[in-house]
Amino acid sequence: MIRTIHRIIVALAVVGLFAATAVSGEVEVLHWWTSGGEAAAVQELQKMLEKEGHTWKDFAVAGGAGANAMTALKSRVVSGNPPTAAQVKGPQIQEWAELGVLSNIDDVAQAEGWDDLVPKVVADIMKYKGHWVAVPVNVHRINWMWCNPEIFKKAGAQYPRTWDDFFVACEKIKQAGFIPVAFGGQPWQEATVWETIVAGVGGPGFYQSTLVKADEEALASPTMVKAMEIFKKIKPYTDKNAPGRDWNLATAMVIKGEAAMQFMGDWAKGEFTAAGKVPGRDYDALTAPDSNDVFLFNVDSFIMFEVKDPEAQKAQKAMARLIMSPEFQVAFNVSKGSIPVRSGISQEPFDAVAIASMQDFEATALNGGLMPSMAHEMAVSPAIRGAMFDVVTNFYNSDMPAEEAARKLAAAVQEAKM
Amino acid sequence: MKSAERSINRLAVLETALPRIVVAPSFVAMVVFIYGFILWTLYISMTKSSFLPSYDFVGLTNYFKLWRIDRWWVAVRNLLVYGGLFIFGCTLLGLFLAIFLDQKIRIEGALRTIYLYPLALSFVVTGTAWKWILNPGLGIERLVRQWGWSTFTFDWLVTSEMAIYCVVIAAVWQSSGFVMAMFLAGLRGIDDAVIKAAQVDGASLPRIYRKIIIPSLRPVFFSTVIILTHIAIKSFDLVVVLTRGGPGYASDLPATFMYSYAFTRGQLAMGAASAMMMFFMVMAVIVPYLYSELRRKRYA
Repeated sequence: MIRTIHRIIVALAVVGLFAATAVSGEVEVLHWWTSGGEAAAVQELQKMLEKEGHTWKDFAVAGGAGANAMTALKSRVVSGNPPTAAQVKGPQIQEWAELGVLSNIDDVAQAEGWDDLVPKVVADIMKYKGHWVAVPVNVHRINWMWCNPEIFKKAGAQYPRTWDDFFVACEKIKQAGFIPVAFGGQPWQEATVWETIVAGVGGPGFYQSTLVKADEEALASPTMVKAMEIFKKIKPYTDKNAPGRDWNLATAMVIKGEAAMQFMGDWAKGEFTAAGKVPGRDYDALTAPDSNDVFLFNVDSFIMFEVKDPEAQKAQKAMARLIMSPEFQVAFNVSKGSIPVRSGISQEPFDAVAIASMQDFEATALNGGLMPSMAHEMAVSPAIRGAMFDVVTNFYNSDMPAEEAARKLAAAVQEAKM
Repeated sequence: MKSAERSINRLAVLETALPRIVVAPSFVAMVVFIYGFILWTLYISMTKSSFLPSYDFVGLTNYFKLWRIDRWWVAVRNLLVYGGLFIFGCTLLGLFLAIFLDQKIRIEGALRTIYLYPLALSFVVTGTAWKWILNPGLGIERLVRQWGWSTFTFDWLVTSEMAIYCVVIAAVWQSSGFVMAMFLAGLRGIDDAVIKAAQVDGASLPRIYRKIIIPSLRPVFFSTVIILTHIAIKSFDLVVVLTRGGPGYASDLPATFMYSYAFTRGQLAMGAASAMMMFFMVMAVIVPYLYSELRRKRYA
């Protein structure tokens, strides 16, 4: 009896061993790109990998804007069984790297010359102690303003280029009976608008010291107070149903001609395209007031985990190489509505908004206006970001004076650093 | 002969041990997965854990930090408002519904089902429905304005100071039917003879209720308060769906606070500290109450 059990166990172990070698060359990829255009974009990568003879094991965890996926990832890594790659971005890459679970992909980066293709600001986020541990996938620009030209015409208002002009236009639009700003009152959307204002009011240098370096002195400075005041001044120009509204519903207000403007990253373009709207005719995308010289970026990336099996290592490196290949960069970013993260890609397949974005991306990479977005987890640690979110959303939704908000912001950030 | 005796003996031993053997696995599971993890959470709350657990002991630092955070104060204050009104509202409404249903009325069965039905819904469904009902642009406010009362406003859901009361409304709507069922069962358990005797003595109906029936429902109040207290303290899904803790974090509760710190901000230790505070709150309410109630029973 015992002998039989023994035999079965041995047999199972052998089968398991074979199974393990049979799936070599497999990449298991954790991501949360599960909705329409995003899912199609990921499938491009799957197809390209399969063409090279590797297998793709999808590990998609939807929901919670990635929070659920992160929980799944943590339990996998803690139990010593990480996937091949996972969708992780910004400073969190450093946190994972510190645990010593990521694999060094410098050889792929050198062979492909990534350091020359990717702006240094972006490359630094992907590196841990000077070594590449993550592959950037795409770039979204945050500081866009989406406008409905019809409403501007009816209200006799001009597209604003400065914050002073902005409030002049808002007043005219309000008097014409439209909602000036389509707003979604969720903390991340409030922070998105707020960081756009900080970048506009203070310029790239101020943005760098406040929302990237989280310097307490700068956070409590008069410039921050001014940014807070402008942020609060927008509130009367939004409708009162804004609290809790999803961003795409706010975009729909601009599409339907109920509201004149929305501040949102370039994923809003997908909503316009889905509604059959054409840029330049039915809607216009402008950089937010005073922020022409700033490009707030949100770069998605995959971190690569240490894998033991040599075949799987090969597949992992192939995946890293393919993500940065021009074919994938074009295919992926056209379906997702973002722009390629690397230079040297033809603008032809992209639309007008994306082309404008690509030009600004290259220009700001040279003149120092390229900045990571705080609201979209690119700039500061989750703890500091959370502290900033709390102050900003509480300030916007209460009658706190701007000076107090700036002071509280500095204090909360200091607390979060400890 | 001897062996038969022994086997009977063995059987007797087995018979006494069997209940314990059967219960043992679930007991072990409970000790590990409930009490074990409470202790583990307590330990994590006194460490430096960030986005993964770590075991560097830092004492009570996280608790001091927690009580310095504005948002935590808001969450605790909201819990007091929400918990108090929720327990009070559900008990009162449930008791009234039960008393009215107990008047030997027609179609009682159908009415009972109608009142009890909200309990069959999850808080997520309740939250979504009430989100639409209370939204000024979709629900009551719009409806009343369309009827012609154009200055009517009911915008609690989007007002920072009032949002938590919207959560109370939805929660009371959901749970008072359940409380009604408990009280109804209690009312049915009261001996008719007592009531008849009181009626013979000439007591009025309100007086009978006040002096005889409601006091004899004491054990039902006891279970109601305990059940509602823990529902209130662990409330999470309703707030997430109804207000997402907003506007801002005005309607945050300790449970949503804990979730956001532990799972979205990578501050596991702070999340654990807030979870332990919630645990202490439950203990602070339940232990004295249990103690006084159980002691009363023993000496009664």
